[in-house]
Amino acid sequence: MTTVSDQQKLSYIAAQAADARVNLEIESEGMTLNLGPQHPATHGTLRIIARIDGEQVIRADPVMGYMHRGYEKLTEVRTYPQVTTLINRIDWLGSFANEVPFILAAEKLMEVEAPPRAQWIRTILFEMSRIANVVLFLGDMAVQVGAITPVFFAFRDREHVLNQIESVTGGRFHPNFDRIGGLKDDFPKGWIDETRQVMKKMRRFCDEIEVLVMDNEIFQARTRGIGVIPADVGLSYGLSGANIRGSGVDRDLRRDNPCGLVHDQIDWKVWTHPDGDSFSRFWVRLQEVRESTGIVSQLLDSLPSGPVMAKVPRIIKVPAGEAYVETENPLGAMGYYIVSKGDLVPFRVKIRSASFSNVSITPWLLQGVYVPDIITILASLYFILGDIDR
Amino acid sequence: MMTLGELAYWELTSLRVAGGLAAVLLVAGTLVYIHLFKLVSFMQSRLGPMEAGPYGSLQLLAEVGKFLQKEDIFPRKADRFVFAAAPFVVLMSTFLLVVVVPGGPDAWFVDNDLGIYLAMAVSSVSVIGVLMAGWGSANKYSLMGGLRATGQLIAYELPLMLAVVGVVIEAGTMNMQGIVLAQANGSIFGWSGLGNPFLLTQFVGFFVFMIAMQAELTQSPFDMPIAESELVTGYMTEYSGMRFLMFFIGEFATAGVFSAVAAVLFLGGWYVPGLDATSNVFNVIGPLVMLGKVVFLSFLVFWFRFTFPRFREDQLQRLAWKFLIPIALVNIVATGILKVAF
Amino acid sequence: MSRLPPADTTDATDEPPVVVTDEARESLLAGITDELGDAVVGFHIRPGDDLWIRVDRDAWLDIARFLHTGLGFAYFNFLSAIDWMPSPYGRSMDSGVDLTLEGVRVPEPGPVEQGLAGGDTRFQVLARVDDVISNMGITLKVDIPEDDLSLATWVPVYPGANWHERECWEMFGIEFSGHPGLRHLYLPGEFEGNPMRKDYPLLARQVRPWPGIVDVEAMPDDDKADS
Repeated sequence: MTTVSDQQKLSYIAAQAADARVNLEIESEGMTLNLGPQHPATHGTLRIIARIDGEQVIRADPVMGYMHRGYEKLTEVRTYPQVTTLINRIDWLGSFANEVPFILAAEKLMEVEAPPRAQWIRTILFEMSRIANVVLFLGDMAVQVGAITPVFFAFRDREHVLNQIESVTGGRFHPNFDRIGGLKDDFPKGWIDETRQVMKKMRRFCDEIEVLVMDNEIFQARTRGIGVIPADVGLSYGLSGANIRGSGVDRDLRRDNPCGLVHDQIDWKVWTHPDGDSFSRFWVRLQEVRESTGIVSQLLDSLPSGPVMAKVPRIIKVPAGEAYVETENPLGAMGYYIVSKGDLVPFRVKIRSASFSNVSITPWLLQGVYVPDIITILASLYFILGDIDR
Repeated sequence: MMTLGELAYWELTSLRVAGGLAAVLLVAGTLVYIHLFKLVSFMQSRLGPMEAGPYGSLQLLAEVGKFLQKEDIFPRKADRFVFAAAPFVVLMSTFLLVVVVPGGPDAWFVDNDLGIYLAMAVSSVSVIGVLMAGWGSANKYSLMGGLRATGQLIAYELPLMLAVVGVVIEAGTMNMQGIVLAQANGSIFGWSGLGNPFLLTQFVGFFVFMIAMQAELTQSPFDMPIAESELVTGYMTEYSGMRFLMFFIGEFATAGVFSAVAAVLFLGGWYVPGLDATSNVFNVIGPLVMLGKVVFLSFLVFWFRFTFPRFREDQLQRLAWKFLIPIALVNIVATGILKVAF
Repeated sequence: MSRLPPADTTDATDEPPVVVTDEARESLLAGITDELGDAVVGFHIRPGDDLWIRVDRDAWLDIARFLHTGLGFAYFNFLSAIDWMPSPYGRSMDSGVDLTLEGVRVPEPGPVEQGLAGGDTRFQVLARVDDVISNMGITLKVDIPEDDLSLATWVPVYPGANWHERECWEMFGIEFSGHPGLRHLYLPGEFEGNPMRKDYPLLARQVRPWPGIVDVEAMPDDDKADS
């Protein structure tokens, strides 16, 4: 850091004052810009009503609910196995990960533990759905900043992961594979070797994105210092996942709260970035995809043998009680607060979805940014509309 | 044999109009097929159109047919005349631009002594069309796109022109034909094996010209006015059918014509080294040589377009005013000094 | 299940699996009880897992302040509510129409029973905050009497509570006094009723027989639309 002389300080202040005067003179009435609900940048039906002056946002107010499906109410009339088909649709890009915390919470109430092999497979599929999800983010962020090509690479390489998920679960997007007490099925023959190859491909994809997008000067100019979230603000808004790790908070539920998943059995690292801007969120997610490929490879190496289903009754009645389980889903911390009254159906399920809290910071965050930066910031927060509206 | 000079004025004019249309539309179609359909598909690891015609080569006709069938929608609050006229103004700028581009020693539309000056002047007309489209659509996205485009196009006119000044100093003429001949007959420090393509002696100018051209074409990384992820498609948002097609043609035709201007200015136009510049051969192969150079230069344009993210509006202005214009000015000074010295 | 310690574990609160007492959470509870005194009206500890605290309604903002600034529970997780009244519609797996046709009697709803940490009222607001350093979370509950469904807002302490309280307001009808903009979040502005209350029927199941018949309804303003 160079020292600044008083003379420089004074001239800086004078320049700022002159700018302020100019800004005052050309102050216009402003206009209201309505982004959405059908808008290319919101990949879904998020609507943002922005009051702008020139290109600068004075106030931004997100409006949601265009896709609200009332899952919390619907779960109250569905049996526990039926609920998983429903909650698959919350974050539709990483569906399997949605099922996991709900099943874990139900298992906690029933005091059932899945056999080790089931836990391993769960963790593998959990991480693979993270890869499938975040890979799309890496391409999408680039396309929101203006580079068209990376998103095609993302779709191309995500297909490998989806194929692997499909060959296990039978569903590309909505596996509905997790069961209370274990899993529906085991891996098919030859799956493990194929997956190892796929993980290599995904690591190559990450290298590609790093060179093509992240190291690009224009990308950095568009994202560095844009949409800075200080750690304490992020915490008080309940941000989670890469959004909070991008602000330097070392919180990853896979490490901090490993209930039912086996992330604590292997060697991996939680990545954080101190800057808190759009770039750091991108950076953290890129590292996380890399880390996830490593996690999957390690878990495949140490996969235990045995059954994939514990002994559970045919008709599942969950004993009365309350439990909250949250896991580190692709979009951030996702949790289910289940209240059971010992019935076939849950009495109340509170779905704590990551994007809802992540997007709730936007009115604070979008104040004073330029219109193009709205897009960059929204893209870097990475939300799925189903995850906001539930 | 009857020469062109013996034709009546109206015959000559018709021929020129037909030639101009062919030069704009055929080139635009070629660029769309080669670059937008195939090159980009290759870069994005997909096949591109494959069904219509061999390797999808007739896809463009299908697309045009589709656009022609679509309804021509006017937004309710649009300024109808301005809205309707805007695409014509944009396209007019392109057609006016092509008239000064020579295709051979005798294959030219207008042999004007102020050729490049005229080109620079008419290329600015598209700004008015873009602003008309942005204003007439009665849409906030369109308006923002139109205003951004105007700011950007005006900002990048300057480096574009300043980059040309270096060439004009070196060639000693503003006549496009003269610039080609100056490159064909020139020599670099006494060595005349390649002639003097200004790409080599005016590489700074070429660099500035290509960047400014990219911005004039509003292609990525300078596509903030279109910015499909935030402004939908900027000033084109409300257009449909035929009028959208005109913008679309305008985009690619302008890319082709600007590449042609750049080819004349920096790559020696229709001339290829090793042949006599006055030979009649160039009236035949000249247009093809031009096409080759245009495809190469527009390849650069589209390569950048599909690789880079876009600048924000303020960053883009900063690049023009604080970076490109000073470089271009220094280039002019250096060229002038060297011109006098040698 | 044997646990290999991960490379950079910082938390010291994760106990080995066999624990009966949970000293960390008990001392935490003791600290809160010391500060708030009688305002803590109920609690429940599941050792090694979770802590529930039920507080008095007047102390709702105080406990948020104390947890946020005093104990470092800076992370706001979620806020919602529970309607403890059993649903008068049963499971509603089949529509009311079908049930009447088949002569099945909908069972009478049982009495109102509250969950962990007890409770006295039909409605309870629950919120969860976390300490990201010790990785402990607290689920807070508060009773809301049915004749005065209102509660102090948490927005001054946890700005993230804003949207959660809006959702809670429209879904349960609980007012949050002092909230900066209690507007509808998910539901259309003219929506009436509080859908997450148990006495609000799940109309998809009530109106048409299950499985729902897919039909195309006329748009509500079709005749009035500009033509």
